[in-house]
Amino acid sequence: MWSVDLFANAIVAGLLLGGFYAAVSIGLAITFGQLDIVNIAHPAFVIVGSYTAYIINRHFGLDPVLIGVLFTPVFFLVGAAIYRVYYAAFERTGQESLSGLAFFFGLMFIIEVLLIMAYGVDYRLVSAGYIGRTINIGFVGIPFRMLVPFAVATALTAGVYLYLSRTFTGRAILAVAQDRLALQLMGADPVKVKQFAFGLAIATTAIAGSLLIIIGPVEPSVGRQYIGRVFAIVVLGGMGSIPGMAIAALILGVVETLVGTFMGPSWSPAVSFGVLLLTLALRPSGLFGRK
Amino acid sequence: MIKRRSFMRATLASGVIALAAASGSLLSFTAQAAQPIKIGFSMALTGGLAGAGKAALIAMELWRDDVNKKGGLLGRPVEFVYYDDATNPATVPGIYTKLLSVDKVDLVVSSYGTNEIAPAMPIVMRNKLVFPSLFGLAVNDEFHYDRYFQIMPAGPEPKLDWSRGFFELAAEQKPKPQTVAIVAADAEFPLAAAAGARKNAQAKGFKIVYDKTYPPSTTDYTPIVRAIQATNPDVVFVASYPPDSVGMVKAAHEVGLKAKMFGGGMVGLQFAAIQKNLGPLLDNIVNYDFWAPEPTLNFPGVKEFLARYQEAAKGKGVDPLGHYLPPYAYAYLQVLEQSIDAVKSLDQAKLAAYMHETAFKTVVGDVKFGKNGEWQKSRVLMVQFRDVQPDNLEQFAGPGKRIVVYPKEWKSGDIVYPYKK
Repeated sequence: MWSVDLFANAIVAGLLLGGFYAAVSIGLAITFGQLDIVNIAHPAFVIVGSYTAYIINRHFGLDPVLIGVLFTPVFFLVGAAIYRVYYAAFERTGQESLSGLAFFFGLMFIIEVLLIMAYGVDYRLVSAGYIGRTINIGFVGIPFRMLVPFAVATALTAGVYLYLSRTFTGRAILAVAQDRLALQLMGADPVKVKQFAFGLAIATTAIAGSLLIIIGPVEPSVGRQYIGRVFAIVVLGGMGSIPGMAIAALILGVVETLVGTFMGPSWSPAVSFGVLLLTLALRPSGLFGRK
Repeated sequence: MIKRRSFMRATLASGVIALAAASGSLLSFTAQAAQPIKIGFSMALTGGLAGAGKAALIAMELWRDDVNKKGGLLGRPVEFVYYDDATNPATVPGIYTKLLSVDKVDLVVSSYGTNEIAPAMPIVMRNKLVFPSLFGLAVNDEFHYDRYFQIMPAGPEPKLDWSRGFFELAAEQKPKPQTVAIVAADAEFPLAAAAGARKNAQAKGFKIVYDKTYPPSTTDYTPIVRAIQATNPDVVFVASYPPDSVGMVKAAHEVGLKAKMFGGGMVGLQFAAIQKNLGPLLDNIVNYDFWAPEPTLNFPGVKEFLARYQEAAKGKGVDPLGHYLPPYAYAYLQVLEQSIDAVKSLDQAKLAAYMHETAFKTVVGDVKFGKNGEWQKSRVLMVQFRDVQPDNLEQFAGPGKRIVVYPKEWKSGDIVYPYKK
């Protein structure tokens, strides 16, 4: 069954899929990787992003990606507000490890139930002119349904990376990740910096959610499927490293499609997580993690 | 005097006591007569199967209201006691235990779907209750329970009957297709459907060139469809759940799948929201179904029921048309109702015996159960999508879009072959 065109198609499909995984994981790379907050509700926020895209797309016919971008400020404010609650209830009192985890677990269920109560449990999809179209370059077929999420994810990842490495606030976020006390001694307020970073992370889910619903149908509990995958990508990339996260996402995407094409798709999760375990055995801090 | 007074007091007291006792028994008699018949069940109201579970509940509530309007069962009103199983099979045994030991329900019926029905079976069997069930594939193959009654018309050999029509149709085409690809999600129902498909394909002399499963959490289906395409099959049988069905149909279109017949066991293509979104991508797919608004399937009462369901479903975020599950969710309670009316008691043995021997008239047509509690004769339909317009929900409400191409008895048109010219 092996052929060059099948192999080339699998690699391209894997890269496109990996790009989408990066968009879903980038917010978690900030919260979990840099701020050390186990935000298990991250995929649930992605689903909220999907529903936002669905509702606006249905009523006003706007492009899902545009909706995602337009709603980032709203998601940012929601994220910042959630961090305030989390900080006041858990982080300030030093109970963030277990109680904080329970907080985000509860938040995930609350989001799901609210979505069910508001919009029911039917599958939701969006329409856009490019969904269903494919471009063929030689023998490689590229569906727009995957290409658009890949392109947007690449721009999002690059944007967040540049923001964190080139701007004053971005560097402050990296600083709070490295040494919170040192930042405090320099007169900066680590809580405000973390609040901003958490808001930024949740803002990315507005875009990631719009990409998810372009790829396939969404219902309130579908986010649970991504919990394991996004945490694996952040850990594999090296906690807190944005380029590491992006490369890890691409690796998982390519491994998944190669295995799916040549060995049978049911092997994909086993092989993907095998790669994760192997990498961590050889490099315990992940691909780009600091030792 | 004193004696007479005390005698009168005693008489009065005993009179009061007697009156109280009499009124007490009268009260308890009235309470007995008006005490509702409780029907207990678990239902997927959240989680992956909730779309169908909530729609089923709407249909069941319509039945309850209808029965209560007619004066209830055995002169007693009907009441539901139900809990959300969150599409999690692990919650089901606890729910049925509570229903029977704490809520003291009189009757039980099943949740929706194979994975939610099977975990309830041991408890229901221990209590020797009749168990009308809603859409479980071959659940009783393992349990052999003689009080299990499955409303889904899969037929006496559910695993085989499920895909029999698909492969019989394929074998009838000229020139006869030679090769088959089978792909299924790694979950109980799709695996059972794929096992049946494998046997049917072999029985009809097809060569199986691709036979693989995929995890339900798959995001992109194009690599799977490309791998299938590389084996160049004439026929592609897919056993999938709603999100994967959408992924498969989109990927088949994007990759340009060249199979001559495509479909089979895709759950989700029966749901209005998905039909609307996929639009013309559905054209010529041949897939299983249990009801379609075709003239051959116009059973007495089904259209009236659907009109009421559609009214009740408005704004509830469930399937707006409700062709797939709701009529059957109404019908499995009609079976229970007709049995209780005939037997005139809640005696489980008598009810089971009656259910085995009777042909029931329901909104899904005549229902007759076989020995194993499945339909005595399969009525798994193969429907083919035709001339589907983009972004149009209303088109699926009427005939002409899902043509019944199998079996002959219910056929409303001939198959268009091949799938892609």
